[in-house]
This record gives sequence, structure tokens and C-alpha cells, in this order.
Amino acid sequence: MTFWNDPINFIANWLGGVFAGWGMASGLVYVITALIGIVVIILFAMAIAIFLVWVERKVVARFQDRLGPNRIGPFGLIQPFADIIKLIIKEDITPDGADKLIFNIAPVMSLASVILIWAIVPLASNIYGVDINVAVLYLVAVGSFGTLSVIMAGWASNNKYALIGAFRMVATMISYEIPMVVALLIPTILSGTMSVKGITEAQTNLWFVFLSPLGLLLFLISAIAELGRSPFDLNEAESEIVAGFHIEYTGMKFGLFYAGELLHAFTFGGFMAVLFFGGYGGFFGLEKMTAFGWLANPFVELVIFLLKALIGYWVIMWIKYSMPRIRIDFMLAFNWKFLTPLAFVLLMITALMDKLLAPTQFYASGMFLSNVLLAWIVIELLRSFSKRERLAKEKPAEPVIQAAQH
Amino acid sequence: MTPDQIIFLLCAVLIVATALMVVTARNLVHAALWLVATLFGVAILYGLLQAGFLALVQVVVYIGAIAILFIFAVMLTRREMRDKGAQLNQNWGLAAFLGLLTFAGLAFILSSWVGFSNQAAKIPAGTDTLSALGNALVSPNAFVLPFEVASILLLAALVGAVYIASASKK
Repeated sequence: MTFWNDPINFIANWLGGVFAGWGMASGLVYVITALIGIVVIILFAMAIAIFLVWVERKVVARFQDRLGPNRIGPFGLIQPFADIIKLIIKEDITPDGADKLIFNIAPVMSLASVILIWAIVPLASNIYGVDINVAVLYLVAVGSFGTLSVIMAGWASNNKYALIGAFRMVATMISYEIPMVVALLIPTILSGTMSVKGITEAQTNLWFVFLSPLGLLLFLISAIAELGRSPFDLNEAESEIVAGFHIEYTGMKFGLFYAGELLHAFTFGGFMAVLFFGGYGGFFGLEKMTAFGWLANPFVELVIFLLKALIGYWVIMWIKYSMPRIRIDFMLAFNWKFLTPLAFVLLMITALMDKLLAPTQFYASGMFLSNVLLAWIVIELLRSFSKRERLAKEKPAEPVIQAAQH
Repeated sequence: MTPDQIIFLLCAVLIVATALMVVTARNLVHAALWLVATLFGVAILYGLLQAGFLALVQVVVYIGAIAILFIFAVMLTRREMRDKGAQLNQNWGLAAFLGLLTFAGLAFILSSWVGFSNQAAKIPAGTDTLSALGNALVSPNAFVLPFEVASILLLAALVGAVYIASASKK
């Protein structure tokens, strides 16, 4: 084991040796090295969050035909640090009628709910926090802390706009959790495990996006809803409720919500990569050739993972900055009448095909074709439905009059 | 003391203290938030018992759904949010008595059980408890009947909720 093949365990062993040399008990050494590991993961995630502020501002500027931050540092790269200094020296206001303790805990919990996810993010084959066998469920469980932090912020602010924003956010999150869970079950069925590392390794030959493109689409839509980003950003609809649940927050407390949201979006981009695009694994099969054997290295895998996560994050931003906000009743109807039934049908088909085709060589093609067939049926159904709606609007009550005349 | 025992004791203190806050807090939203802390403590207990799946289901179902619905119901129904004043009802004596009685009964039954004083055997590393649980839930030799009965109960609740919601519109 060298630093280049297994950096985290190498450093952990070395540190453990140093601590043991100081005469610490082995249990204590384990606890301290684990704590250092936790701090390192959190710092890594926060460093990425600072970088993401720049990425987000640059990308939104490009979508809106602007330049974005370009004054401080090359390409405006130092801009996030200026933002942080500004946020820190702003006056910290707690409103008079606010529930002080809950008001101050909420932003911390919001960011914590995102950083908790990083415990299971598989950055490379041996760079990850823990590899638990219920990781997929963990993702959903941690998301519920995010929901809770939004309610706490909205309620404790003692502001009607904040409360409305919180209500909308929770309505979105609770309802879109169902297609999300079902979409998460599809890679679980395909790989036969809930461990994210197992799911990544099951995709060494073929990415799951080719087996279940609809699953990816469901996951993307429900992830955007879970993030509360446009077109599902009713929780902070500026034109209606000013800023939603974080209306009363100033300075760095607002900064925590903002950093949490950006990091959350990036993390979901990473999970899209893990669940459907092979995660850290895969350089288009190049790493299996002897000449490119050096590509199967944790540092290369780390770069591949971060690039895939950034692409996923870019898609989320792309949708955010080019879609208008949708009305809340449309949003809920879209979930309950379209997305949830589709997700359940897809889950049943995937499970059935998995059992029927597992031993044969038609597995991949059968899976893909069943997805395409389902998508086609859904589009046809939607078309006939919208046609009926349109006809009903264009010719109101005309057929009835004709029937009366004859 | 092993680290496990230290974590258990801390967790037990957390659960009992927050559970007391749930019943003594005057502000109902605060009580609901204390309940979240209690339920989280129970999830840690499951984690300590190497039941990771149960721990996460506890968080998803109780914190992610039930506690949030509690908070919603409280926020939408009670206008008065006070921190001081009389409690909502005067039955705390009876409740404390019933609680102590239940605790004593459970302690009595458990103390006569053989496994009470034994250390639980560690699950060997690499055991797939999750698959075992999944198989047990659908195996005719294990829990398929209770599992299906519970499913029918939940389905009935779902249908009932839809009926009530649609009937009130007319």
C-alpha cells in the first residue's frame, strides 16, 4: 500500500502509527483518526461549496448573456472569498418575534443535512467516508433533515412569507420523495445492492443509464424538486413571497442556506453519476488495457467522479436557468397524477424484466427496449389526453347543441 | 466501559431528557421538535444494535413524515403559541402513573427472560442482514402473513384518506 494507490488508508495508518508512538490506547487512536477523517471530508465539501459559488454565478451569467464575476482574480475566481468576507461582516439580525433558538439552529441544520450526505459519497474506489449497505435509503433519510430545517426556519422567523415558503417547500419535498425513492430503487434492483460502492462496481461494464433511461429522468426531476430549484422553486418565488423561508436571515446565516443549496445540487449531480453513470469508475474501458493501467488510480477516479458530478450539476443549472416557475397545483398534480404512477409502473417493469431476463444475453437490450416502449406509451397517452383537453376547450358544448337540433 | 456503552448511556440520557421535554414543553411546536430529537435518539439505538436499516427507516418514517405532519397539524390548527401558562390538561398525574406502570410491567417481564442478562452475540462481519430481512418478509415460513396484513391495513387507510378528502369537496 503506497500513497498513490490508497491515499486515505495510507495517511490513516501513518497517523495511527504516530499516535500509537505517543503512547495512546488503540481504541483512542481509532476514534481520533476517524474524527480527523470526518473533519477532512467536511472541509473538502465546504471547499467545493466555495468553488461552486463561482461556478454557479459564472454559469448563470452565461445563460443570461452576461459575463459574470470577472474583476477579482483571474476569471473572477477570488470573488467567492470577497462574498464570504462581505457576508461575515454584515449585521446579524434576529427579528423581534422570532423563536431565537430554532431560528439560529435552522441554517446549521440545513447545511448539515447536505454535509451528512458526504459521509457516503464514493469519491473513488478507496476514498469515501463509509460504505453502508443501506446507503440509498440514507440519502432519503438525510433529506428529511433538510425538510425539517426548512420548516424550522419558516416557522421561527415569525413572518408570513417565510411560513408560506416553508409550507410550499415541504409540500414539494414530501410529495416528490415518492418518485425519488422509486427512482433510487431502480439502480438497487439492477445491481442487487443498496451500497453506493456496490452500485458503482455493478456498472463497470455498462452504465445503468443505458438500462434505465427513464429511471434517470425520474431521478433528475425528483432531485430538482427536492432541491427546490426552478421550475420547482415555489419556496422562494421572488415575485410572490420575496425570498421564501429564508427571508429574515442575514449575513452568514443566509450564506449557510445558500452554500447548502449549491452543495446539495452538486451532491445530487454526484449521485446521478453514481447511480446511472458509473460513478468514479470507467474511463470508457481504457483502464482495463495494460497500456493505460495507471488510469485505475484513486486520484484519476476522484477527478472522473468530480467531472461527472459537475456535468450533472450543470444539467441541473441548465434546467434552473431556462425554465419558468410552475404553479403549485400544477406541480402537485404533475407529481401525483403523472410522475408517481409512472415511477411505480417503471419499477414493476424493471423488477419483472430483471427476473425474466437475468440469465440471458438479452438483458441489457430488453431493459432498454422496455424503457423505450414505456416512454412511447406514456407520450401517446399524454398526447391523446392533451388533445381531448384542447378539443374540449376549443369547442365548448357544441356537440350537445347539434344533438339537440337533429 | 466500552465505547458502545458510553454511546448508549449518552443516547439514553438524550432520549429520556428530550422525551420529558416533549410532555412538559408549553409550546406545541417546541414539543414536536423535542419529539424529533427523541425519535432521532431511538434511531441511534437501532444503529448501536447493528440494525442500520431500521435506524434509517426510523428517520425516514418518523422524522421525515410523521413528525413533520405533527408540526404541520399544530401550526395549522392552534393559533396560540405560548411559552408560559397552564398546561393544556391536568392529567399529568394519571399519565405519569400509567407510564411508570408500563415501565414496571415491561421490566418485570424482561427480567424473567433468559436473554436479559446475556450479552448479545455480535453479528459476524459480512453478514447481509438486509437481504435476510427482505427474504424473511416475503417467506411463507416467516412473516409473509403479518406483512401482507399490514399492507392491507395501510391500503385501507390510503383509500379512506382519499375518500374523506374527495367527499369534503362536494
